[in-house]
Amino acid sequence: MARSEATRSKRRPMLELCNMALAICILLVVGLVTLISVEGLRAFWPNRVELVECHDGRKFFGELKDEKPIRGADGRETAGVELRYRTCNRDLGGDGFVWVREDNIVRRSEPAELQWMERSAWGPLLVRFKALQRGTEVLEQDAAKLPTALEALLHTKNDERAELRRMEEERLAPLNDRLEALRLREVKAARSAPALPTELAVERAQMGALHAELLEQVRVRRVRHDSETLLVEDAAGHTKAVVISSILGFHAPNQLGQWERLGLHAARMWEFLSAQPRESNTEGGVFPAIFGTVLMVFLMTLVVVPLGVVSAVWLKEYARQGVLTRLVRICVNNLAGTPSIVFGVFGLGFFVYVLGGQIDSLFYSDALPTPTFGTGGVLWASLTLALLTLPVVIVAVEEGLAAVPRAVREGSLALGATRFETIRRVVLPASLPAILTGTILAIGRAAGEVAPLMVVGMVKLAPDLAVDGTAPFLHAERKFMHLGFHIYDVGFQSPDVEATKPLVFATTLLLIVLVLLLNIVAIRLRNKARRRYAGTGF
Amino acid sequence: MDANSLTPKARPARLSATDPGITDPVFSVRGLNLHYGSAQALHGVHMDIPRHCVTALIGPSGCGKSTLIRCFNRMNDLVENVRIEGLITFDGRPIDDPLLDVSELRRQVGMVFQKSNPFPKSIYENVAYGPRIHGISRRADLDAIVERSLRSAALWDETKDRLNDNATGLSGGQQQRLCIARALAVDPEVILLDEPCSALDPISTARVEELIQELKGRYTLIIVTHSMQQASRVSDYTAFLYLGRLVEYGPTEQLFLNPMCRQTEDYITGRFG
Repeated sequence: MARSEATRSKRRPMLELCNMALAICILLVVGLVTLISVEGLRAFWPNRVELVECHDGRKFFGELKDEKPIRGADGRETAGVELRYRTCNRDLGGDGFVWVREDNIVRRSEPAELQWMERSAWGPLLVRFKALQRGTEVLEQDAAKLPTALEALLHTKNDERAELRRMEEERLAPLNDRLEALRLREVKAARSAPALPTELAVERAQMGALHAELLEQVRVRRVRHDSETLLVEDAAGHTKAVVISSILGFHAPNQLGQWERLGLHAARMWEFLSAQPRESNTEGGVFPAIFGTVLMVFLMTLVVVPLGVVSAVWLKEYARQGVLTRLVRICVNNLAGTPSIVFGVFGLGFFVYVLGGQIDSLFYSDALPTPTFGTGGVLWASLTLALLTLPVVIVAVEEGLAAVPRAVREGSLALGATRFETIRRVVLPASLPAILTGTILAIGRAAGEVAPLMVVGMVKLAPDLAVDGTAPFLHAERKFMHLGFHIYDVGFQSPDVEATKPLVFATTLLLIVLVLLLNIVAIRLRNKARRRYAGTGF
Repeated sequence: MDANSLTPKARPARLSATDPGITDPVFSVRGLNLHYGSAQALHGVHMDIPRHCVTALIGPSGCGKSTLIRCFNRMNDLVENVRIEGLITFDGRPIDDPLLDVSELRRQVGMVFQKSNPFPKSIYENVAYGPRIHGISRRADLDAIVERSLRSAALWDETKDRLNDNATGLSGGQQQRLCIARALAVDPEVILLDEPCSALDPISTARVEELIQELKGRYTLIIVTHSMQQASRVSDYTAFLYLGRLVEYGPTEQLFLNPMCRQTEDYITGRFG
C-alpha cells in the first residue's frame, strides 16, 4: 500500500504535465476554430450605420467597426476613446475607413433612409438616394418611392445583363473560336504558298462582316443597358450619378428587422460561396477558388492513390527485402520531409517545361509560341501534389498490407490462386481501410498546400473554370484558383486590406470546412470498409 | 524395460514398420529430406498415401508432420531458405516437375489450416473464390458449386439464409467447416488437414470428424493431429513421426493396438510426447 502510494505520488507530476499539455492543445484548437468561425461568419452580417457629425465640420456615414482607447504621451490610457468607421464611398472622396476621437463627435444618429449599395466596381456606397434619371430626364424623385422604382429597374437590368452574356457566350465566343481556327489555317497556308488562297480570303471577309455586325448589336444593347443613372448624395453633400447597371443590390441597414438581417446574412454568404470574385477578389464570391481547390485535390487523389498502392505492393509483396528496398524506403521517408516548394520547383521544371513543352511541340505546335500545356495548369499542379503526398500513401498502405495475416494469404494460395490473384482479390480488399487512411492523410495535406502551387498553375484570378460545357469538358491545362492562395491574396495583396479582412476569415473558415468535408467523406468510406472486414483480427 | 517391445512384431499385411504395402498410392514420397536453412526438418521420409482413405500424421510438436503435409501441395515453396531433396509423386507424376502448374496442383490438393482463415468476404464469396480464380464466372454455376460445397461440408442448413453475411461472423467451428467447403469447391482429389480441430471445442470437433468420415469415400484425406484419440477415430492409416523421421506407418488399428516400435508405443501410451 505504502509503495503504491509512493509510486503514485512520483507519477503524479508527470501525469499532471500530460494533462496540461493536452488541455492546452484542445484549447488552442477550440480557440482557433472559434475565432475563425466567429470572424468568418460576422463578415456577412449587415450592421446598422450611423451619421456622424464632428466638431471639426466633418460629416460622414459609417459603420462602426472598432473602438480603442487613445494612449497619452505618458503611455497611459487616459486620453479618451477613438472610433473607427467604415465609410465606403471611395469614389465620393471618402477614405474607406475613418478614425475619429469620441470627444470630437457632436452627434451620432441612425437615419432610416440611409442606403447600402453593392456595385460591380469601386466598392460599396453608403448614401442617400436623390433621384432616378435616364439621361437628363428624371424618372423618380420621391424619396419614399425611389427604392421600389430602383428595385424594378434592377430586375430589368438583370434580364438585360443575362441577354448580353448570352449573346457573348453563344454567338460571339464561337465566332471568335472560328476566327482563331481560320487564322491558324491562314498561317499554315502562308507557309506553303506566298499568296493566300481565295476561299480563305472570302471566308475571312464573311466572318469579319459577321463579327462587326455582332459587335455593333452588342454595343447598341450596352448603351441602352447603361442609360439610366441614380443620383446619390453622401453626408457632406457630394453627389454622384451611379450607372444603374453597375448596381448589384442595395438595402437600408437601419430599416431591417432581425429576420431580414438574418436573411440578408444568408444571402450574402450564399453569394460568397457561389459567385465569381469582383474587383481583384476584394468583393463578390470565391466559387472559382472552391472549385479549383476541390478539382485539384480530386485529380491529385486519382493519381496518388493508384500510384501509392502499386508502389506499396511492390515494396511489401514483391521486392526482395534487401539493401535496395531499404534504400527505396529511406528515400520515400525523406520525400515526406522535403519542403513543399521543392516539389513546386520540380513540378515547374519537369512537368511544365519538359512534359508540357513536349506535349505542346507534338500536339499543339500550331498555337506556339503561346503555350497550351507548357505553362502551369491544374493538371501539373495535381501531379506535383500527387508527388508530394505519395510518401504518405505508400507508408499507410504498406502498414495495411503488413496487417493482413499470413494465414489468409496462404488460404488463397492453397486454393491454387497465384500471388497476383491473392494480392488483388484478398490482400488489397482487406487493406482497403488502410488505403483510405492514406487517402485521407493525402487529401488533408494537399488541400492546405499553397507554396508549390504558386509556380505550377495557381493564379490570383482564373477567367474560366477548368470544367465546362465544351468538349473535352475537363480542361486540365487551364490555370485555376485556390482557397489557400486566395486567403493570402485577399488579405495581403489587395488595395484595401482593411475592407477585406473579414473576407480573409471567411475564406479561411471555408477552407477549414472544405478540408473537413473532404475528410468526412473519406472517413465514412473507411468506416464502411472497416465494418465490412470487421472481426478478422486486422 | 521390456525387451520384447523393441523387436518388431510380425504382421502379414505389413512389409515393415514403415511400409503398410499400399498399392495405387495417391502420393509416393521417396527419400524426402527437407532443410530450413541449416536445420534439417525431415530425414529420408519414405511413404505411400492410400487413395480414398484417411491418413493421419501424428507425433510430438516439432516432429515435422506439418512440414511433411505442406510438401504435398508445395506450400513450403513460400518459405524462404527452404531446400527439398528427394521425390514426391502425385498420381505417378513428380510434383516438382517444372512443367507442372503449381496452381493446378494446389487445386487438386486442397488444404485446411490449423487456424480457420476465412477471407474477409461474404460466406458465398469465400466458397466461390476458388472456382472464380479457376475461371468459372457464370452465376448459376457458382450458385450450384456453393450449395454443393456447403452441403458437403455440412454447413448449408446453417448458412443458406445468410450467404451474403461476412464469413468472419461465423463461429470457430463453422469457420473451419467453411474452410473445408472452400477447399471442396475447387473439386480436389486430396484434402490436407493441418490440425483442423486444434482451435475448436469438443462439439465442433465432433462435427468436423463426422465430416471427415463422410468425405473419405470421395476424397483422399491427410490429417495432421495432436490428438491420438482423433487419429484413432477418423483415420484408416496412421504415420508416427519423430524428430523428422517416419518411425512407424501402418493401418490405424494395428499401429494403436500393436505398435511395432518402442517409440510408437511410448508415444501412444503417453509415456512421452
